[in-house]
Formats: sequence, C-alpha cells, structure tokens
Amino acid sequence: MSEKHLTKGDRINMFLRSNFQQASFNFERIHALGMTFDMVPAIKRLYDKKEDQVAALKRHLTFFNVTPGAVGPILGVTAALEESKANGAEIDESTIGSIKVGLMGPFCGVGDPIFWGTLRPITAAIGASLALTGSLLGPVLFFLAFNLIRIAALYFGLEFGYKKGVGLVQNLAGNMLQKITEGAAILGLFVMGALVSKWTTINVPLVVSQVTTDGATVTTTVQDILDQLLPGILALGLTLLVSRLLKKNISPITIIFILFAVGIVGYGLGILA
Amino acid sequence: MGLSIIQIVLLVLFGCVAGMGSVLDSFQTHRPLIACTVVGLILGDVQTGVILGGTLEMIALGWMNIGAAQSPDSALASIISTILVIVGKQSISAGIAIALPVAVAGQVLTVFARTVTIFFQHAADRYAEDANFRMIDICHITALVVQALRVAIPTFLVAGVVSPEGVQTLLGSIPEVITGGLTVAGGMIVVVGYAMVLNMMGARYLMAFFFLGFVIAAFTDFNLVAFGIMGAVFAITYVQLDPRFAEVKTAAVCSVDAADDDLDDELD
Repeated sequence: MSEKHLTKGDRINMFLRSNFQQASFNFERIHALGMTFDMVPAIKRLYDKKEDQVAALKRHLTFFNVTPGAVGPILGVTAALEESKANGAEIDESTIGSIKVGLMGPFCGVGDPIFWGTLRPITAAIGASLALTGSLLGPVLFFLAFNLIRIAALYFGLEFGYKKGVGLVQNLAGNMLQKITEGAAILGLFVMGALVSKWTTINVPLVVSQVTTDGATVTTTVQDILDQLLPGILALGLTLLVSRLLKKNISPITIIFILFAVGIVGYGLGILA
Repeated sequence: MGLSIIQIVLLVLFGCVAGMGSVLDSFQTHRPLIACTVVGLILGDVQTGVILGGTLEMIALGWMNIGAAQSPDSALASIISTILVIVGKQSISAGIAIALPVAVAGQVLTVFARTVTIFFQHAADRYAEDANFRMIDICHITALVVQALRVAIPTFLVAGVVSPEGVQTLLGSIPEVITGGLTVAGGMIVVVGYAMVLNMMGARYLMAFFFLGFVIAAFTDFNLVAFGIMGAVFAITYVQLDPRFAEVKTAAVCSVDAADDDLDDELD
C-alpha cells in the first residue's frame, strides 16, 4: 500500500477554509466545528474507511480556541500528525488532541499581542489618521495591509507547521515564540505611547491668571501650565488610570460611560473644552 | 425624504457582510474604518463616512475579542451611526454619541448569536457519526447566517424608517451641554482602547517603551509610520540583547564560571 500524502491542493483548500475559522463560533466549544471544517480536506484524503473518517471527525469536534490569524501552524502540525497516523505510525487519538490543545496556549500567547495588540492597532491608526483628513486611502490601506499580513500568516503558517510536523513542538521548546511575543509587545507598547500623546484631546481652559501689560492681555490656563510641564500629561495619567480600572474588572463600556458623564459635567462647569 | 429601495437593499446586504465579518474577525469588514466608509458610499457621502470611520476607529482601537470574552460591537455601531449622521446631516460628534449606546446593544446581540450557534455545533456532532462531510461544511457555514442577521435586521429597521426630520427632531431635542460634553468626552474615551491594549500585552517590564513612545510623540512631529519603524527597531534590538534569549551554551559556561568563582572564594 502506497503512502498517503496531502496534496498542495488539499493544503490550499485548508488554508482557504481557515479564513472562516470562526464562522460557527459558539460559547460551548468555540472553534471545535471550525477546526473540523478546516480538517475536512485532510480527513477525506487520508482515510478511506468510514470508521476511520468518523473517528477523525470526532476527535476534532472538541473544544478549541486560538487567535484566528494564528491558527495556520497548528493546523499544519495537526494535518502532519493525521498524515503519519494514516500511514500507520503509532500515534493514538489522545496524542493528536493533546498536541493540538498544547499548542493553543502558546499560539494565543503570540497571536493576541501580534494581531490585536500590534498589527491591527497600528494599521488601523495609520488608516484612521489618513481617514480623518477625508482620504479614502485610509480605509483602503488598512484593509489591504491587515489582510495581506493575516493571509500570509495563515498560508505560510500552515505550510511551515505541515513541513515541520511534530518538530514544530520541539522548535517551540526553543524560544522563537517568546521572542516574537516580546518583540510584538515592545512595538505595540511604543506605538500606544505615541497614540496617547497624539490622538487624545483633553483641554482644561480654566484661567489661572490674567496679566495685562502695555494693553496686551496674557491669559494663562491650567492647560498652558500642563503643556509647559509635559504635553499630553493628562492623557497619560488617564490612560494609566483606566488601565488600573480595567484590571479591577470594571467593564470598558462602564468606563466609557463614566467618561461621558465626566465630559458632560466638565463641559457644563467650564473645566473641560 | 427617506432612503431609496436600492439604498436600503445595499445597506441590508452590507449589514450581512459586517455581521459575518464581526464573528470571523478576519477580514475586518466590521471595523468602523471599513463599515462607515462603505455605508457612506451607499448613501452618496463618502467623505462623511470616511471621517466618521476614522474617528470611531480611534475610539474602538483596542476593542478586541480575547478568548470567549466579547468587546463592544463595532459593526452595528458603525452602520447605524453613519446612517443617522448622513441622513440627518448631523455632526461627527453626534455620530460618536449615537455609536456608543448602539455598540453596547450590539454586544448583547453578539453574545445571544454566539449562544444560538451551539445548535449548529450539535448538529455537526450528529453528522460526524455518518462521516457526512458535506453536511458538516454546511453546518459551519450556515452558522454565519445567524451572525449576518444579527446586524442586517437592526440595520433594516433603522434604514426603513429613517428620515432627516426624524433624526433632527430626535437629536435636536438634546441640550447643547450634552452634545458639547459628548464631544469633549470623545477626545478622552480613546484612552480606553489604549488601556485595553496595554493590559492585554501584560508585560510590565516593557512599559518603559510605552513611556518612550509617549515622550517622543509629545516633542516631535513624526507620523505613525515613523513610530512603527522606530518601534520595530527597538523591538529587534531588545530581543537580540535580551539575556533570556542568549545562547544556552554561553549560559552554561557562565554558570560553570560562577561555580568556579564560588569555589575559589571558599578556598581563599
């Protein structure tokens, strides 16, 4: 009996499917059906007997969750494992499941900071800053940049995982993922710092002093003093405060509405403008 | 004058696209920057759509779904606020004031929709018993319909009844202190998104880079592309120098040296 291998076409099919990873997102098993949907081309190719197909489908219909953009490598490794199993390697059902689950943590750990902490905020902020001038280039640039990188991560991630197979797990024992995570965090935090300064507007027009010399009146407001100290210092303080409140499990929406109230009261009293 | 039939149909169709984008979280059609722009195109006022999209995008910058936790919903908020702003000829700040309550309502609908889809999961379990690949595929993809309707139905309800007079009466009755206050608040609430990103990174020891970014931005006119490049340079340099990632071999030699030193010290 000749060995069974996934064709390039099967893998491209899996990659296309992985763009719809979260279509059946549900609170019971999150991506269970999504993962099975991705694996369908592989299961069809690798198993001929119906009972083997049923067993394979069932072992993927279990709880799974990862950042959608980071599913590629896990999918690749899982497909490689199924391929070895179909060719008679001594791999039992629970091994495939536990390797898959074992990869969930590390890839969420690297996927969330990369996609939601770095890639999207940066491409979206660049797009938004163009959009604020009314330029259609803003949304177009955001859409293309984000999706090109996301699609590349899915496709090359899957190919990489498939070629490395279980070897990928050993690779992770090195510190590749930690390096990427740390680098993404630095880039994300740095840009967040810049955004706090550039894109937050808090203005306190309370007048501190008014000096008239030679007919020219010089008005000094609280904001003038703060700007001399460090421009954007209030925005910085507010960001750190909100970060603390979020850590105390106060929901973002609650904080947004509190800030609404602060804005209305502050504006009414003439403290904020 | 309300919207034409074609506009309502296009809005509902895009509502479907944004709703599906919202759950997939892949193509980003649910983000304000995209959704407001497309709604602006449909309503014949791209300029307003793009600017409102940029404004809301900054507010929603850190809204992200981590694990099973759901963030406020940008899909419905973007579509409804853009419709009301363009049809009712409202200001961008009125758009912010509309968008946020709608984002909360959308979040509730999202949680509901993602609970309903458990049905599709269980249906797929039954088809797996027969190795019915085709039906498993169909279960997965039809679950998207629930998500499409989640946004399309509210969009239809608003687009079907909206009129310039209606919007103006509704928003015109809001006193000036509220709208002015909301504009002021709009400048501040962007920090909630930034704070969400900071917390998600969860790396206190790297916060120095956050402050560095802040100070450089406060005293220069660099644009965001420049900040992206500088950030990448810092990231690469830091990772290369981080002793945690130094070659294991060197680390072993070091520890042997250290042990030797200790012994030497003891002998001394």
